[in-house]
Amino acid sequence: MERRAVYRNKVLPWMLLGPQLILVLVFFYWPTSQALYWAFTLEQPWGGGNLWAGLDNFLYIFRDNRYWGTVLRSAFYAMCTTGLSMLVALTLASFVDRALKGTKIFQSVFIWPYAIAAPAAGVAFRFIFSPEAGLVGGINEIWPGIWDPSTNGIQALGMVIICHAWLGIGYNFVFFLAALQMIPRSISEAGAMDGARPLQRMFDLQLPLIAPTAFFLLIMNIISSFTDSFGLIDTMTEGGPVGQTEVMVYKIYVDGFKGLDYSGAAAQSIVLMLLVIGLTFIQFKWVERRVHYN
Amino acid sequence: MNRTQLLSAASTIAVLSLAAAAPAMAQTKFEFWYGLSGDLSEKVQEMCSRFNASQADYEIVCVSQENYENNLQNTIAAFRANKQPTVTQISDGGVVDLMLSGAFLPVKQLMEDNGYNIDWSNYNSGVASYFSTSTGELLAMPFNNSTAMFYYDTDALAAVGFEGVPETWEQVEDAARKLKEAGYSCPIAMDPTGNWQWWEQFSAIHNVPIASNGNGYGGLDAEVLFNQGKFVDQLAFYKRMFDEGLMVHKSKAAGQTANEAFIAGDCNMTSSSIADHGTFSTQKKGNWQVAMLPIWEGTVRQNSLVGGAALWTLKGKSAEEYKGAAAFYNFIAQPEQAQHWSTITGYIPVTVSGFEAMKAAGFYDKAPYKGRELAIESLLYTPAGEYTRGVRLGNFGAVRQEVIKAMQSVIFDNADPQAALDEAAARSNEILRKFEQTYAGQKLP
Repeated sequence: MERRAVYRNKVLPWMLLGPQLILVLVFFYWPTSQALYWAFTLEQPWGGGNLWAGLDNFLYIFRDNRYWGTVLRSAFYAMCTTGLSMLVALTLASFVDRALKGTKIFQSVFIWPYAIAAPAAGVAFRFIFSPEAGLVGGINEIWPGIWDPSTNGIQALGMVIICHAWLGIGYNFVFFLAALQMIPRSISEAGAMDGARPLQRMFDLQLPLIAPTAFFLLIMNIISSFTDSFGLIDTMTEGGPVGQTEVMVYKIYVDGFKGLDYSGAAAQSIVLMLLVIGLTFIQFKWVERRVHYN
Repeated sequence: MNRTQLLSAASTIAVLSLAAAAPAMAQTKFEFWYGLSGDLSEKVQEMCSRFNASQADYEIVCVSQENYENNLQNTIAAFRANKQPTVTQISDGGVVDLMLSGAFLPVKQLMEDNGYNIDWSNYNSGVASYFSTSTGELLAMPFNNSTAMFYYDTDALAAVGFEGVPETWEQVEDAARKLKEAGYSCPIAMDPTGNWQWWEQFSAIHNVPIASNGNGYGGLDAEVLFNQGKFVDQLAFYKRMFDEGLMVHKSKAAGQTANEAFIAGDCNMTSSSIADHGTFSTQKKGNWQVAMLPIWEGTVRQNSLVGGAALWTLKGKSAEEYKGAAAFYNFIAQPEQAQHWSTITGYIPVTVSGFEAMKAAGFYDKAPYKGRELAIESLLYTPAGEYTRGVRLGNFGAVRQEVIKAMQSVIFDNADPQAALDEAAARSNEILRKFEQTYAGQKLP
């Protein structure tokens, strides 16, 4: 038995939707249509003309092994940031959920990182990880030259991943905590009475019950790692050294704005957009179906 | 009359009275975007306020965009949105893209249209040719021009027994080795992203081509040639210097730039623009000197490349704003303004008469300006030849990034110099071919 509210007025719903629709049109559909057009043409950087290029721009990036390197790096980046961030958030959330001393304080403290803008965090972390003056740089006093993300690409990538994961902890924490607290106490208590230790209750009861939330977070984190990494990378490494921290979104910026190759960057944007749409589709298809647990 | 009408009437009256209170003489405001920051940005602002104070008809609003690259990006974005500044400062790297875009008014025409008579032949030929068409028509107003120089700490060098000027790479290496042996941790500060001084200028003074077609001047179908001959040896040399600890990586990402390291005395030698001479003079303690870039023994020195930027006037603004821009150009072309600008920064005087006047007045004879004449000497060392007049490649910024990546992968990741440069050259040629296609059928003016 479904009850539906229906607007009798034909104009009112459109007026209510209007502001949102205009925002989406101006900030999403308009730029997307431009990017789509550029992706199939050769666009002059200063405007003033373009030539139809067909699929050339796409073929160009798909033939480029550096582009595939960027794709692999983005996948690695997504896996590491998502895994790290969710694992730490889940650990913190399960501690907070156990109602230990000071829980109330930690509930809010752990959310703070989410309130920090990525570029600001990037600047702060650049100092923390600075090889000469930073906190981590102290290691160079013991083993000189062992830590230098300005020349070592692997260290630079690791540094950005840690920072990205740290930023996401707050967001993940809130969802995990809410999910844990939605589990009826009686279930945990019943488990406890049957002799299950906290860790066992965690794995056998709580984790399966919060799986839909975890899945939702997984998708959100992956999408965030694809799109939100720009601010961090731009402030921390600018894609370097030797392009070893260039992920897909940063390569779009480098090629388009620094290299003035608008068409190549537009083609890459379309690929990235399709990827994010795909992930969103998966999320709706799976999560929407499983999120109700009665 | 209902409430809304009343309100709007009241606000109209308020606006009118405010407008009446404003000064009767309407000033024409126009914007100037530039790509300098820090010390040099303050000097530009000073120049702008001097212009505003010198007359009452125009007000120039000067906006820093941090660096040339950002300024180019932001100017393009603004131009596409029809929100461009009247005047923008575009450096050597963005010249070809702008030339082909047709988005600007040639400065010669602008000045003639507005009744200013400028003696263009007075401009330093190297500077003028960089921003001129192949037929010699000057497109942009020369403003801040420079070349790369070598800076060295004379106290440190004297302390390890190196006397004289490090003029050749052999001498530079010798000095660096002595410093290293004496316990100096960073003889030469080097940042591979500074490929303008470490790479392009190297090519000019040794007369090796960066690209075919006379470094691109001959047409858009040029191909890069920087993966051959002396370039490979030079990159291998830099790598060896790094491995022996004679060169040390200093950059923004490393926490200290090469210039900062030189100023702080952490490093004893570096290469940078003559424009930094002013900053070093005011900030560096102890004795230091400037020299022309080192060459290899057995090679004949050629003139170095003009660096820096010129002022471009963008299309799509009002006649009044163009009058203002022309007045500003005329202002900076005045000998006393040009001299002031050159004094407070280190940028070379862009006119021949300006340089002669400063020389005659003894400007270059004593500290803190002594040594700056070497930049002019370096620029005029030989008449500008096919590979020393400049580099004219499309999307040059992207080509530069490829060179930087090659240098970094050799120096940081032990890549083979030849292989790294081959890859950079192949990618650069792809960039050039794509640029050529984008502007299919067009020719360099």
